Amino acid sequence: MSDYRVIGKARRRVDARAKVTGQTRFADDLSFPRMLHCKLLRSPHPHALLRQVDVTRALRAPGVVAALTGKDFSIRYGILPVSQDEEPLCRDKVRMTGDPIATVIATTEEEAYAALELIDVEYELLPVIATPLEALQCDEPRIHDYGDRGNVHKSVALEFGDVDAALAAPAHLFDDLFFYEGNTHLAIEQHASVALLEPDGRLALYSSTQTPHYVHRALSRALDLAPHRIRVVATPNGGGFGGKTDPFHHEIVVAKAALLTGRPVKICLTREEVFQCHRGRHPVMMRMRTSVDDDGFIKAVDLETLLDGGAYGSYGVASTFYTGALQTVTYRIPRYRFRGCRTFTNKPPCGPKRGHGTPQPRFAQEVQLDKIAVALGKDPADLRLQQLIEPHSLTANWLQIGSVGLRECIERVIDRSGWRSKWQKMPHGRGAGLACSSYLCGAALPIYWNDMPHSGVQLKIDRSGLITVFCGATEVGQGSDDVLAGIVAEVLGVEPYDIRLVTGDTDLTPVDLGSYSSRVTLMAGNAAIQAAERAKALIAGAVSAKLGIPEERLVFAESRVFDAADPAQGLAFRDAVIIAETIQGSIGTVGSYKPPAAAARFKGGGVGPSPSYSYTTAVAEVEVDAGTGWLRVEKIWIAHDIGRALNPTLARGQVEGSVYMGLGEALSEEQAMRRLPPRLSHALVHKTPSMLDYKSPTALDMPEVFVDLIEQAEANGPFGAKEVGQGPLLPIAPAIANAVFDAVGVRVDEVPITPEKILRALKASGRRAGPQQFPSIAWPQAVYVPPPWEGGDGRAATKAEEALQS
Amino acid sequence: MMRAGRFRYHVASTVADAAAALADGGPHARLLAGGTDLIPNMKRRQDTPDLLVSLRHVGELRGISVNGETAIHAGTSLDDIVKSAAIRAVHPALHRAASQIASPLIRNTATLGGNLCVDTRCNYYNQTFEWRKSIGFCLRGPVPDGICWVAPSGRRCWATASSDSAPALIALGARLTLLSREGERDIPLEELYADDGACPLTKRADEIVTSIRIPSRVVRSTYWKLRRRGSIDFPALGVAAAIRPGPHGVIEDARIVLGAVASHPLLVPESQLLIGRTLTDNVIEEFAEGAARHARPLDNTDFAMTWRKSVARSFLSGALRELRGDDPSTFPLLARETALRNGWRFE
Repeated sequence: MSDYRVIGKARRRVDARAKVTGQTRFADDLSFPRMLHCKLLRSPHPHALLRQVDVTRALRAPGVVAALTGKDFSIRYGILPVSQDEEPLCRDKVRMTGDPIATVIATTEEEAYAALELIDVEYELLPVIATPLEALQCDEPRIHDYGDRGNVHKSVALEFGDVDAALAAPAHLFDDLFFYEGNTHLAIEQHASVALLEPDGRLALYSSTQTPHYVHRALSRALDLAPHRIRVVATPNGGGFGGKTDPFHHEIVVAKAALLTGRPVKICLTREEVFQCHRGRHPVMMRMRTSVDDDGFIKAVDLETLLDGGAYGSYGVASTFYTGALQTVTYRIPRYRFRGCRTFTNKPPCGPKRGHGTPQPRFAQEVQLDKIAVALGKDPADLRLQQLIEPHSLTANWLQIGSVGLRECIERVIDRSGWRSKWQKMPHGRGAGLACSSYLCGAALPIYWNDMPHSGVQLKIDRSGLITVFCGATEVGQGSDDVLAGIVAEVLGVEPYDIRLVTGDTDLTPVDLGSYSSRVTLMAGNAAIQAAERAKALIAGAVSAKLGIPEERLVFAESRVFDAADPAQGLAFRDAVIIAETIQGSIGTVGSYKPPAAAARFKGGGVGPSPSYSYTTAVAEVEVDAGTGWLRVEKIWIAHDIGRALNPTLARGQVEGSVYMGLGEALSEEQAMRRLPPRLSHALVHKTPSMLDYKSPTALDMPEVFVDLIEQAEANGPFGAKEVGQGPLLPIAPAIANAVFDAVGVRVDEVPITPEKILRALKASGRRAGPQQFPSIAWPQAVYVPPPWEGGDGRAATKAEEALQS
Repeated sequence: MMRAGRFRYHVASTVADAAAALADGGPHARLLAGGTDLIPNMKRRQDTPDLLVSLRHVGELRGISVNGETAIHAGTSLDDIVKSAAIRAVHPALHRAASQIASPLIRNTATLGGNLCVDTRCNYYNQTFEWRKSIGFCLRGPVPDGICWVAPSGRRCWATASSDSAPALIALGARLTLLSREGERDIPLEELYADDGACPLTKRADEIVTSIRIPSRVVRSTYWKLRRRGSIDFPALGVAAAIRPGPHGVIEDARIVLGAVASHPLLVPESQLLIGRTLTDNVIEEFAEGAARHARPLDNTDFAMTWRKSVARSFLSGALRELRGDDPSTFPLLARETALRNGWRFE
């Protein structure tokens, strides 16, 4: 395997030079002749009816060219087919502070901003639903006119084997409550978009989006315009992390404005507006009950989650399922029940942030395992090692597991961190904590139902010797351009830096579903391999015919095509292409990828399946000040099962970035809202909508991070590769929480783990800070599915049927 | 992006020129030094001046001289102060305070005069125009009859004094020169501050802070800053302490100042009680307990206010232990980090 020339070699990424020297053109860098500027008037109220929106005065203001209101749009949109609940501009009702009401298009941004003050709006205030508890208790007023009931957006219940029976007589039952606070992506680049009309009158939108294909679909729907009349170009994203995976109102508004005015129209959101767009981590309250035997083997897990969804659906239905779907893929869990409930509240909508729905229950599971280990007198590493999920097995909820490098991850970090001599062995105030995790390598199902490929790659190679790769994949900083270039370069034996990439452009590139769910390396990577292998076969056939060397002896390397038996016999890659173009005609190939069918065949089984799962283990070492609760994370050791690192430089960067982001979630970041005294004010506003006040760690707050990549090729991955973009975030918060317990003997069962909470726990009789009760929720009847080892075929059954059969 | 409103811009060449332009500009004229406080405030429409008088090309406002007494011209950048070996040696409190203000990039352009005049801060006020509109604004306007959301029943603004350099310089006994077209005046630094969040400075709108002078008395000094992160953040609590030890450790003078717990830097009156005593454990704890009573943090900065108050006491005692000569590497984590931390900078 080591004879790869590009794959596995630590390289400078192909887009590094442009980024470092400021040459990369982000959306806000774009400027076009006669370009207009767009500003949005947003609601100051969290929940209100719009009685009147009048832009007459604004239209008379200097520089103003156009002004739009909700009346100018008639079709709702949303990322999920089941949640088409967003409006480009609100028509009759606002559901959160910051909801867009009207827009002004003017010759300068200043003029557009000034004219916003001249828009007259009459509001009729509605009672505010600020928390999931209020949403559960108050069916009226409804924030939306759809959903399971009242302000409950979605409740789901899945049961795999008879969990009540397994919990009824356990050797040990652990029943814990956890809370994971919401937080946001904080990409450095604020969302920006420019819409314009192409010379032929077609609409083009340049936008900082992770999902140009889905934006394309949403634009077509919301503007009632045929998709072939629309081009969406994803500009390189200055970070996304899930915050740019929804179609956004501002994208539709500038598109409409460009159609109306015939001129390019641009918007760049302020940081505060980005906090309002949000789609970040759902705040989740969790109750997790786990029964284990005397040796610590898990017998059953029963998980309930309550999600604070915010004002819109977004990815929320998927997020809800994700708070339960991946609990089964790390350890053997014979029986499992999951019930999740997402509520609407008058707050910025939550959605997918790095780890989408899974860091919250992962925190619960990994902290609870630590409690189990301590209670049973076992080393937390051993407790996990004794019950790791088997490679190539099915989980209780019918997820098909591929390769599993989790054992190696655990062994590597406990070895490198000196775990055995640290855990429970350091002086009071110092502690070590361990946690594991897993994440998917792309969702096996697309956002909207279809049977087409998830990713397509086209190659064009011509007599110049240039290879151009066309792919809908979007560079969001994760390195997808480098992955594509590296893979094609490996197959065709050229330098990655010599390859031209055209990506994320719905006019020019085959569809790729987007940069989300850690899918691009695996899916676009496999499509790229297929396209490149086909091109290689074309060229090899022609060269073989011309030079009389058998095809199977031809080697593509060093930008040459030559005889393996006699490397001197051959020619430059460019000359090989000339021969191929002469013999075969113009050279173009395609490749595509579709994930294997899922084993799960029950309703709700569409969330969780993936071609492969990555694994991670982290050990955190901390110091805690028992007098003040102050916490310092000294060191993090982290090992990630990546299958194969295509470019180790990028892979390590992703791991370190995940540690950084996980650290922020664990210690200080909160997407929290401020409510004023209700007798004085109706307001519900973001507490810290700026990069100064939203406490993301600085370089000085980073611990030392020791990264190990565990490489065991995964059969479904390109060159054996699995994901690395999201999974390494997951173990950070629970590892720190467990380390805090090891240091000072208190449990902080929620994130962020702040000094105030640690001090409160130190003073509390229960030596714990965290939620005190889980609300009573009227759960729907669970979809009952026998786990693979209890028979069945992945379809739902009823408990009664099961009872009869057994 | 956010943009400031329209304004006129006058580039002053001398202090006299600046003073004249400021006087002519009337109440809506502002001085622009580093701009790191003013410009964001303008973008948020907390301030809407119609004239900015730039001091950036006034060379006479820059420079440090340590010749017996220390004189620092007000336009000296914070980074120049951090880099001054003399200040580091003679006035550690100022060095430590300046080195922990904001971030390296901001310290390159922000000035000492600007930091002394930095606006008070409040979670309900340091927000965009749109945000403040959502809460119906506050006592600081721009609409009349606003409520102070920190203490809704009262009629005053409780915004927090957020300068790091001010507590340090007050502890060091610094004096300030103010210049206007009418002439110069010289005041103790603590008199620059009114205990009013909405109107925190006593200086007139037409006065320019031109220099800061620190007397040459030999003192030991330090500055302890509480903030969540290792950089960027404004103080959630500051403790500046300066003592002049005499023979046998008997204190001849002591000035302890609390920052970020009131609308002005708070010179702790009990500092006087330390004079004539030595810093025994008992003296330190008794002082810290009494002095911490003056810290009345409100819910308008980072961290829970009760927690900040509990830290005030440990910072007061920690700072004095450091000045007594205790080894900070033996302190508990937060005190150790605080005592040993100097702002990171490019070397």
